Amino acid sequence: MTTTPTAGTSAPTVTPTVAAVVRVRRSRRTRRALVCLVLVVVVVAALGASLVYGQTVYSPREVLDVVLGRDVPGASFTVGRLRLPRAVLGLLAGTAFGLAGVAFQTMLRNPLASPDVIGISAGASTAAAFGIVTLGLSGTAVSTFAIVASLAVALTIYALSFKDGVAGIRLILIGIGIAAMLESLTTYVLSRAAQWDLQEATRWLTGSLNGARWSDVVPVLVAVVVLAPVLLHRSRDLWSMQLGDDTAAALGTRVERTRLLVVLAAVGLIAFATAATGPIAFVAFLAGPIAARLVGPGASLFVPAALVGAALVLVGDLAGQYAFDHRYPVGVMTGVLGAPYLVYLIVRTNRAGGSL
Amino acid sequence: MTTEHTLQIEGLQLGYGERTVIDGLDLTVPPGRITAIVGANACGKSTLLRSMSRLLTPRGGHVLLDGKQVHRQPAKALARTLGLLPQSPVAPEGITVADLVGRGRTPHQGLFHRWRHDDDLAVAAALDATGTADLVDRPVDELSGGQRQRVWIAMALAQQTDLLLLDEPTTFLDVSHQVEVLDLLTDLNRTRGTTIVMVLHDLNLAARYADHLVALAAGRIHAAGSPAEVLTEDCVHAVFGLRSLVITDPTSGRPLMLPLGRHHVREDATVER
Repeated sequence: MTTTPTAGTSAPTVTPTVAAVVRVRRSRRTRRALVCLVLVVVVVAALGASLVYGQTVYSPREVLDVVLGRDVPGASFTVGRLRLPRAVLGLLAGTAFGLAGVAFQTMLRNPLASPDVIGISAGASTAAAFGIVTLGLSGTAVSTFAIVASLAVALTIYALSFKDGVAGIRLILIGIGIAAMLESLTTYVLSRAAQWDLQEATRWLTGSLNGARWSDVVPVLVAVVVLAPVLLHRSRDLWSMQLGDDTAAALGTRVERTRLLVVLAAVGLIAFATAATGPIAFVAFLAGPIAARLVGPGASLFVPAALVGAALVLVGDLAGQYAFDHRYPVGVMTGVLGAPYLVYLIVRTNRAGGSL
Repeated sequence: MTTEHTLQIEGLQLGYGERTVIDGLDLTVPPGRITAIVGANACGKSTLLRSMSRLLTPRGGHVLLDGKQVHRQPAKALARTLGLLPQSPVAPEGITVADLVGRGRTPHQGLFHRWRHDDDLAVAAALDATGTADLVDRPVDELSGGQRQRVWIAMALAQQTDLLLLDEPTTFLDVSHQVEVLDLLTDLNRTRGTTIVMVLHDLNLAARYADHLVALAAGRIHAAGSPAEVLTEDCVHAVFGLRSLVITDPTSGRPLMLPLGRHHVREDATVER
């Protein structure tokens, strides 16, 4: 594997060092492309399965006809009005959670710093639950309310953890505390509601795709279409910032501007998705680390993390609906996956001497 | 191959919060030479260096690169002329040497991640120059301190800037690696004409390797000039509050500072020349 060391000659032709550099770069790119391809296949398969499968199983042919807008008796309603919005919402919310999670984790250089661990998702879901259940809001008003609330939470966490700059560990601990407070507030809001069914409650507690309608899908679609490019555009600046703020600035990154744009875009994605599905547990938290493990170090994580997020939500929803006797909302499934990983991370951090 | 860039500081004022660190400082960095900044802890060395690469905005005065204010220049364009290696950069977990050094190419790349053959050549040249080519596929976090520092310097080299600022590039290195790094920077200066400005802890190594020595005390320049002019017993006393004996280093002809503490020093030590 090792290459011949430096011969010192810098002829324009390919020296052994150049060849080695090219080889390392290509192998990383190939692996990333391969991983992305496999993830796309998984997402498309899960999407297809959630359209085909259900109480009535329709053939892929019938499903395709519905998707293309043809009228298929029975399937047009079941697939077109029930399954398709649910699957598309799952796809979009998963993408949004995955992107926002990896943005925060990369920016704060810490896998614990995901928006669903540090209270930003909780802010959105508390606001959405309060807006819907108590204030009787609906549609865009809920999303707007959720965004304002999660921005306020993000700002509060930032302000509370500010002391000679923002240190990762302080921000995370304060965020976890705020998340706990907000979650209890959500429970309180739900318990005070005049009437609420269990489905509605689980949505705001763990996240669910139940009862998804096209009107839920549209705001999330708009958020992803507008905000995902903002993050992708900043992906290299974020990468530079992993080397430390000073190094990033020396490499030509406008650190403060990048941080502001990334926070706004990520909070926007979280808030819109959460307003539609509730805080689907740990998707934002898991997507980045899983993507990183798959593509290996050094590659940009936004696209793979978005795909992992979508795959987690879609596969989790399928498993929750059909894998057990009882139907579970997707948030329960992702929660089962995420909780052990959270414990593992905290234990590992503790062993490493608390250097988060 | 390099164009001569001038870096000039006029009436610079810097500070954090309410604290003023640098107050009215003038400095001209000689182009194509090695400048070392020395001074006691917390005298503003790193602060000064950070302001030169627009990491810190001056409260007053100017930092001028080729006559233009550094803080008004586009970040990327500046990063193609002026590089900075901070004191403690962070390597992302698991990143390979080739990838890290490749990050140095960022300011040369456009909006859409176009990696060109030039970039490969620049990375390879930086690896060769720092003797890290055989580490190319190793994770940075597995390297020794000396190797890691050379890799970071390689990243700064891949940036291909005509000016390179380094904040204590030799800290945490044992003496042989310190010399290795300084030799490497000297090579770079001599072969490419890169202007180097570095903050150094070790006075004697600074005097040995710098063409131009700047002694900083309490946010002001106490003395600046050739090592022989600057490194005097009076200067050491004024800057560090330390009694010393400065002799001529028999190996280089440069000044060599011997500290005079309270112990292990002969009574007549100062007289001996």
